[in-house]
Amino acid sequence: MKADVTTREQDTFPKLARVNAQRMPDRVAIREKDYGIWQSTTWGDYLAQARAIALGLASLGFRRGDKVAIVGDNRPQLYWAVLATQALGGVPVPLYQDSIEKEMEYIVDHAEARFAIVEDQEQVDKLLALRARCPRLETIVYDDPRGLRAYRDSCLLSLAELEEAGRKFEIGHPTYFDDEVARGRGEDVAIICYTSGTTGVPKGAMLSHRNLIVTALNAARAENLQADEEILSYLPMAWVGDHVFSYAQAILVAFAINCPESAATVLHDLREIGPTYFFAPPRIWESLLTTVMVRIEDCAWPKRKVVGFFLALAQDLERARLAGQRPSGWRRALYPLGRLLVYGPLRDNLGLRRVRRAYTAGEAIGPEIFVFFRGLGINVKQLYGMTEASVFVTIQRDGEVRLDSVGTPIEDVELKISPEGEVLYRSPGVFQGYFKNEEATRQVMLEGGWMRSGDAGFLDPAGHLKIIDRAKDVTRLAGGTIFAPKYVENKLKFSPYVKEAVCIGQDRPYVTALVNIDLTAVGNWAERRGIAYTSYTDLSQKPEIYELIQQEVERVNRSLLEDEVLKGAQIRKFLILHKELDPDDEEITRTRKVRRGYIGQKYAALIEALYGDRDRAQVEAKVTYEDGRTGTIRADVRIREVGAAQAVR
Amino acid sequence: MTAEAAGPLLEVEGVSVRFGALLALSGVSLNVQRGEILAIIGPNGAGKTTLLNVISGFYHPYEGRILFEGRDRTRLSPPDVAELGVARTFQNVALFKGMSVLDNLMTGRLLKMGGHFLLDAIWWGPARRQELANRAFVERVIDFLEIQSIRKTPAGKLPYGLQKRVELGRALAAEPKLLLLDEPMAGMNVEEKEDMSRFILDVNGEFGTTIALIEHDMGVVMDISDRVAVLDYGRKIADGPPEHVRKDAAVLDAYLGAGHD
Repeated sequence: MKADVTTREQDTFPKLARVNAQRMPDRVAIREKDYGIWQSTTWGDYLAQARAIALGLASLGFRRGDKVAIVGDNRPQLYWAVLATQALGGVPVPLYQDSIEKEMEYIVDHAEARFAIVEDQEQVDKLLALRARCPRLETIVYDDPRGLRAYRDSCLLSLAELEEAGRKFEIGHPTYFDDEVARGRGEDVAIICYTSGTTGVPKGAMLSHRNLIVTALNAARAENLQADEEILSYLPMAWVGDHVFSYAQAILVAFAINCPESAATVLHDLREIGPTYFFAPPRIWESLLTTVMVRIEDCAWPKRKVVGFFLALAQDLERARLAGQRPSGWRRALYPLGRLLVYGPLRDNLGLRRVRRAYTAGEAIGPEIFVFFRGLGINVKQLYGMTEASVFVTIQRDGEVRLDSVGTPIEDVELKISPEGEVLYRSPGVFQGYFKNEEATRQVMLEGGWMRSGDAGFLDPAGHLKIIDRAKDVTRLAGGTIFAPKYVENKLKFSPYVKEAVCIGQDRPYVTALVNIDLTAVGNWAERRGIAYTSYTDLSQKPEIYELIQQEVERVNRSLLEDEVLKGAQIRKFLILHKELDPDDEEITRTRKVRRGYIGQKYAALIEALYGDRDRAQVEAKVTYEDGRTGTIRADVRIREVGAAQAVR
Repeated sequence: MTAEAAGPLLEVEGVSVRFGALLALSGVSLNVQRGEILAIIGPNGAGKTTLLNVISGFYHPYEGRILFEGRDRTRLSPPDVAELGVARTFQNVALFKGMSVLDNLMTGRLLKMGGHFLLDAIWWGPARRQELANRAFVERVIDFLEIQSIRKTPAGKLPYGLQKRVELGRALAAEPKLLLLDEPMAGMNVEEKEDMSRFILDVNGEFGTTIALIEHDMGVVMDISDRVAVLDYGRKIADGPPEHVRKDAAVLDAYLGAGHD
């Protein structure tokens, strides 16, 4: 971090990685759990591997500016591939590994990728299928040869073969790699991140080396990141956040990243690594909370009572602290006992014992979830950012954490609120535009370098940014009452039994909700009560489950009552959806943001029924299976009315 | 290559097995070629599992002989057969239910462990090296079968499909030359069957393991096997590539019930 990145010698990531490899060739850069053991590779390996891959690509005729699609779970080989591509002046385009063929085809075609470097057979199959329609794609390089022995396509190459070709190429061109690295400039595009987009087709945000270096470094300074940080790289590589945390900041600060063994082992690996720097979107915090709650429910009652008591105590304390009040003496006196009995062991169990700072961003986090983890003594903070800003816009500083704000701008970031109430920002991290989409670029980039965030918000007197909701989502009921759907949904989602919720109310007489139950938590709850069920659909329509969710809805209504502005927007009717909202069905994005418009169309019949007077509705929904085939689910869904909570006089 | 190595891996010659008055197998002859996937099919009670039990040394035939890599080993006991390089899975899952998946797989390595009581006790020197090498191999199997997330889970707590996969893993841990699978997909749903088919094909392709399997799902049999042998009432009634067997008149009779008064 001491490096002066404004000089020509250190203005791109390949140059910075080379400095790391020279200064500390034997320090661990990436760990990956493979064959049950954490296998380490050093900064020396990082550069050597990237060099071999880069020269291999060069031997295939790679030209500066070529795009390389990168698809797979977080693997050292893929991070090396990102560095290799940048070293040759090319642009890596990471894709979501669980994208279906159609989504992948759009991006590979739009980005004009000539090469693809992928993890395994699953990705190779998709790319081979779409290659017929994307003639620009010349070569597909795979890391794991498993299952590919019978493939004879001439465009296929294993990573080992590519590196071998690179080593041969180096004999005739010994200075090629260093020359190409030296030609790189800070203004060059470093990466194109396709934003999943809650509306319309994906847009490729181009970020330059300078965008990323300046922003990542400012954030690292603001949060005092050290070279001994440990981070678990488990979020999709296609998401700009992973690129900034696991790649940009890791190289800039020279800390180690850890790649989990498989997607199914993440929670276990989290505990083994015990990261010091941790990032999770609200949905991960929610699922962590759900795991904890389910396990507490399974305890014998004395244990359950003790845990329940201390968790409530911690949350009361934290809530008081966040509100700036002084908590009562007996609570403070009991906290150390709670730490010994409950908080410490729980943190250790979750793998969050060593966390110095953890973040949540991407969406508003339910206050209850936030308070829960902070109450355990985990320094969770909110961060506000977006792809187009190279992530960081504001961060909550230590000691300035609040429930309802997302913190203050980091260095070099300016904020202002447009007359319409939209948050605007300007910073060195502001992107170079959307790839081949100037129309979209013009829509978000205003005069003087100001960027539209798309969020409605305001700055409080202390300079903290508060976000209300997506600018286009803050609406009013027919009677004029302000209604912020996401705010209500987050309250619902605090319940371990609610996985996802969609609230409706714009220009309607009252607020209604479509609820998705959490199969793990509700299934567990049902089993303990001896309620038999056959499928998700069957379970979701049980009267007992409706009773259970109704209690949660009533709790939300009571807590809405505390808010002067929003108390008019209580949920009056709800129904439980017969199927889980699924990115394959385009109901939520790959990053699990609800696509309201689409859901509004797809479930129009259900929504109408919520505003009618029947207590049942028919639904017919198309589902897409993992292999792309489609089918139809038909179900009979119940509708439940809920009374509004009244203020106690 | 010697003439012996070029011959069939396993030769079953005119084997008959009798349980009291019941003739379970009568004069069955069957070869298993190196590197192939052979499916053994037939109606219930045709003698498929008996044949597998004869091959693995669990039953001994009262006539006929069995050659493995060209050597007669008709009368060997199951442990001796295992030592030759034959591993198997069972129709009903036979795992150590209270033991973790990892430990279950380690039992598959038992034959590869020399073992010295004292050295094992203090986990020193060769004992330690051996344990590490065995664990490393088992980890490759775990990686191969994609069961990393259940490494430490007790086998009995797993869903049925996964238990089947673990059982396959235990057989693989023994690094067999010949792998016998007794109904590897029984009771599985379509998705689990697809996964298991892929694993069987990959075992055959990546490790070059010869596989003989009993299976009832004809779709699976036709998809993954190189050759199909059909048993009916203890007799082999057909043997050949799947597309031939599918059209064989005797096989159709056996399955459709015609010709059996």
